Amino acid sequence: MHAVFNFVRGPMAGIAFAVFIIGCLYQMASMWRLARKKDAVVFHYFSLFYALRSIIHWMVPFAALNMRRHPVMTGVTFVFHLCLFAVPFFLSSHAILFKESWDVSWAWLPDGIADIMTLAVMGACLFFLGRRIFLREVRYLTTVSDVLILFCVALPFFSGFWAGQQWPGFPVMTLVHMISGEILLMLIPFTRLRHMLFFPVIRGYMGSEFGAVRRARDW
Amino acid sequence: MATSGDMSHWDWNIGKKVIADLHQWRKSFEWLEEPYVSPDGETIAAVVRTKDGMFSVCVNGDLWETRSDKIWSLRFSPDNRPAAFVSNQGLWTIAVGGRPWLNTYEFVWDLHFGEGGGPVIVAAVNKGRYVAVSDGVPWSQGYSFMTGLVVSDDGGHSAAVVQSAAFNPGDIFAFQKGCYTVAVDGRPWDRSFVNVWEMSFNPDGTRLAAEVRTTLYDYTIAVDGRPWDRSFSSVWQPKFNPADGSVTAPVKVKGGWTLARDGEVFWDQRFCQLLHHYHSPDGSAVAAIVAPEFARWSVAVNGLLWPKTFNHLITDLTFSPDGKHVACAARKDGRWTIAVDGLCWDLAFDMAWTPVFSPDSCHVAAKVEKAGRFFILVDGRPLKLEFAGAWNPVFSPDGCKLMIRGIGGSEKELSYCRYVFDMSGLPV
Amino acid sequence: MTHRPEQPYEIISDIGVEKGAEKLTPERIREVIRRYLEEEGGARLRVYADTCVHCGLCSDACHFFLSNDREPRFSPAGKVKQALLPILRKKGDVSADFIKRATEIAFTECNLCRRCVMYCPFGIDVAYLMLFVRRLSHKLGVVPQYIQDTAHSHAATMNQMWVREDEWIDTLHWQEEEAREEIPNLRIPLEKEGAEIFYSVIGPEPKFRAQLIYQAAVIMNVAGQDWTMPATPGWDNSDMCMYTGDEEMVARLKKKHFETAMRLKTKRIVMGECGHAFRSVHDVGNRFLGWKMAPVPVTHAIEFYSELFQSRKLRVKRKYDIPVTLHDPCNVVRGGGLHELARYVIHETCSRFVEMHPNREHNYCCGAGGGVINCGPPYTHKRVVGSRVKAEQLAEAAAKGARVVIAPCHNCHGGLEDIIKHYGLDLEVKFLGDIVYASIDKEG
Ligand code: HEM
Ligand code: SF4
Ligand code: SF4
Repeated sequence: MHAVFNFVRGPMAGIAFAVFIIGCLYQMASMWRLARKKDAVVFHYFSLFYALRSIIHWMVPFAALNMRRHPVMTGVTFVFHLCLFAVPFFLSSHAILFKESWDVSWAWLPDGIADIMTLAVMGACLFFLGRRIFLREVRYLTTVSDVLILFCVALPFFSGFWAGQQWPGFPVMTLVHMISGEILLMLIPFTRLRHMLFFPVIRGYMGSEFGAVRRARDW
Repeated sequence: MATSGDMSHWDWNIGKKVIADLHQWRKSFEWLEEPYVSPDGETIAAVVRTKDGMFSVCVNGDLWETRSDKIWSLRFSPDNRPAAFVSNQGLWTIAVGGRPWLNTYEFVWDLHFGEGGGPVIVAAVNKGRYVAVSDGVPWSQGYSFMTGLVVSDDGGHSAAVVQSAAFNPGDIFAFQKGCYTVAVDGRPWDRSFVNVWEMSFNPDGTRLAAEVRTTLYDYTIAVDGRPWDRSFSSVWQPKFNPADGSVTAPVKVKGGWTLARDGEVFWDQRFCQLLHHYHSPDGSAVAAIVAPEFARWSVAVNGLLWPKTFNHLITDLTFSPDGKHVACAARKDGRWTIAVDGLCWDLAFDMAWTPVFSPDSCHVAAKVEKAGRFFILVDGRPLKLEFAGAWNPVFSPDGCKLMIRGIGGSEKELSYCRYVFDMSGLPV
Repeated sequence: MTHRPEQPYEIISDIGVEKGAEKLTPERIREVIRRYLEEEGGARLRVYADTCVHCGLCSDACHFFLSNDREPRFSPAGKVKQALLPILRKKGDVSADFIKRATEIAFTECNLCRRCVMYCPFGIDVAYLMLFVRRLSHKLGVVPQYIQDTAHSHAATMNQMWVREDEWIDTLHWQEEEAREEIPNLRIPLEKEGAEIFYSVIGPEPKFRAQLIYQAAVIMNVAGQDWTMPATPGWDNSDMCMYTGDEEMVARLKKKHFETAMRLKTKRIVMGECGHAFRSVHDVGNRFLGWKMAPVPVTHAIEFYSELFQSRKLRVKRKYDIPVTLHDPCNVVRGGGLHELARYVIHETCSRFVEMHPNREHNYCCGAGGGVINCGPPYTHKRVVGSRVKAEQLAEAAAKGARVVIAPCHNCHGGLEDIIKHYGLDLEVKFLGDIVYASIDKEG
């Protein structure tokens, strides 16, 4: 058990980060190469100003019309993505790990708040699952992998919360937490979760086309 | 481009001739269309409406005797005869030098001239049959559809895309079997194609090459009715090499556009685009308007690129008579200029016309326009003349003199003048 | 999680699709699709298809979805799921029946209006994906008959309506003659080299709506413009090949059009009130040819009218006083940002204006665009049913008093007229040029 624990904490964490970083770089590079080869025109229409104009409109909650039309979804997804990033980086127990591993440190979140944010992520995943079950147009689009991804996103938060509360079996849960977190990290470049990488790319390109060529808004 | 036969007989005496007082024309006619000028510069003509409400052509101040309900497409032949389409009581014909042809048509259009004193060729239709008519003589066979009339340099031959098989409206499958061909001097090729587009005659008019599509997807070049063995994903206008008679055309292959000759890829280079190509008069060189990459335009001579590129466009490419130089009009950042052998003239205009080489290939002249005023440039320098309207400058056959045709000029407004300058005495 | 449509769909019979598909074999389908995926399936295709998180947020953008009681298979991502994803997943191993169905979806259930780009949080361009499917359909020879016939017309005559060379010139003469009854010295200058403006129109104008040429000539003459029209093919700015996926023909058509403007040494092209033609010259055809923007600048009629009013070259004599509303055409608004200029022209020429909602970039498509109306009668019913929200939007404007819908686009005219008829609305469709013509001082 201890050996497994050490492996998961040490080499596997390293591998996960490496896979994540190299995977992301690979995805971006191969997209770039493909674009250079077959879609070279897109580079000619890129405009930093209009790219940012679009990206910002879609990063600010309720700035786009469709966000206002779906206020609950918008609220949930913003809270979800915010917590998704904030919790792993600003959790006190993670901070200790960062400090121990790489000797870097920054401000932490009070544990109570981190707990609430963790619950928010899980709640959001349930909400997304609910949409996939109850909204016809979302159900129609949903594939098995969409549900699995939701599960993979929720699991590290669920197990982390469990472990944090020191509920029965928490050592195993700690392990589950670490493994699932690492798997999630590795999944990002190779599943739909790579939308994280391509969001600024597509939005920036579309924003450029809409702003510079078509002289119109895209939000 | 048709050239005039005996330019040496033109008046090449140095000096200025005032040919017509257009101010006076304006006063005499309530309706005066834009004027046209003969190649030798001695004649200016315009469509006018006379007091009786009929139309005529005013040539150097004198009216054509014929009066018409309508007149359009006034142009000068290379041997300085004004010609235009004229109609009376709904019937059309063409009047050359003021004399209408005897036979009339339901409609005539698309005016062509042979070089020198060659024939005048037009497209015409009567009772749903389309023909080309050369100096009043129609093709022996008419067609239910005709488009894209072309004529050989001397005007001795004419060809057009015609419909070879009928198909019902909306019958897309019949169309795709191939219902179009080319009629040369009225006789159709024995093979039909899905489409036929731009065509070129060889210099003596005995052969014809055309862009064709044999299916919706296979583009190639057909020469005298026979398509090349190989097809491409697209092609542009073919040309004959004047020296060896080979046929060249821009073709799109995997990796981009390039030049093909007689069905085989001929240039190693691949371009983002290759719009037009031209053979030098002696057939030793080929120049093409190309985009080496998206949104960059340049000229490739024998496949070698000019180092200079333009971000907007290049048009009006011409070879010098000796085939050693190439000039074009180019637009960069919204402004036009002239480029010769890859070097840009350091002046910018609102519009530029086809540059003209001197017969000895040593000089280049061009007409340009800026804010509604026209100028003539010679070897990159503007002449000290300014016009309200102008025509392309013309070099004398010995290359020592330059004729300039313009309206207005520096002195009296609105007179059309013809100037001849010695190349050593240009007003620069 | 269901992979089958929730409601069965009715298969529409179209000889272009049926007979085209009969010639297909699985091998040919695979071969053609693989070739074009390899040659043309670039980063945009991959990134759009891979990034979509299946959130369904684009659904509310699409009038087909909204009008068909939120039927999921009409949602933008739903169409991608049906028509494109299996092709990508199976690398072309799809059946002829699949191609038929994908063709019908891509050609007749999407107007390529790009409204969904503004609703998808990533900005995924479903229109681009549907066009990719159309490109494959074209290469497989499975295209609805009517629009394919139009593409053939383009190829044979360089215009959309089989207009012959002489018919074109004759129509201009005829319109010039008619207009001279009103303005005695009016001229439609043909082939005037060096004119400032090349005025270009779409094929249906000489064929069915010649009075638009008349009106344009009046406006040009009253405003004292230096303009011309060519007497050769190349006069037509329209482009149905853009919608059948025949990109080689798009390049050919646009080359002819732009080179006609260059041959005439005109400084710019002013085009009549057409949306798809604007798209074709503004950001499609020029790109296929290697030009970043139109090589000869193009001004859409809306912009041109507003220029003439701003510079006082046109003056209003009597404002149009029937209450009007404005339909913002996708291709000139989402595709060209001309919405405020259109309102400026209306403000100058009309006394009563009612906004419809949504408007500007968020306006609903007329249902006709993207070549859908050009797919012809077999699909008319589906099209008007798919435009129910448009009808509701129009009815709301009518309830607020509007009697005339101004639609500065030919396709929108066709689409709106069908909707008005089907839903029994009390509205008349007009071009902006109709209003400008009616209201200006022609003694100028
Ligand atoms: C900068 C980074 C990111 C951006 C801009 C971003 C943006 C988005 C957007 C625009 C959506 C679309 C639907 C919605 O609004 O919910 C979405 C959905 C989603 N995102 Fe992200 N995301 C990012 C990173 C991540 C990461 C790192 C994860 C997980 C590890 C993630 C997980 C999800 C999930 C699971 C959904 C789907 C919700 C559903 O099932 O409907 N995102 N994201
Ligand atoms: S482009 Fe328009 S018609 Fe097509 S899916 Fe998007 S919203 Fe619907
Ligand atoms: S909104 Fe965008 S990401 Fe969501 S389903 Fe539609 S296309 Fe996909």
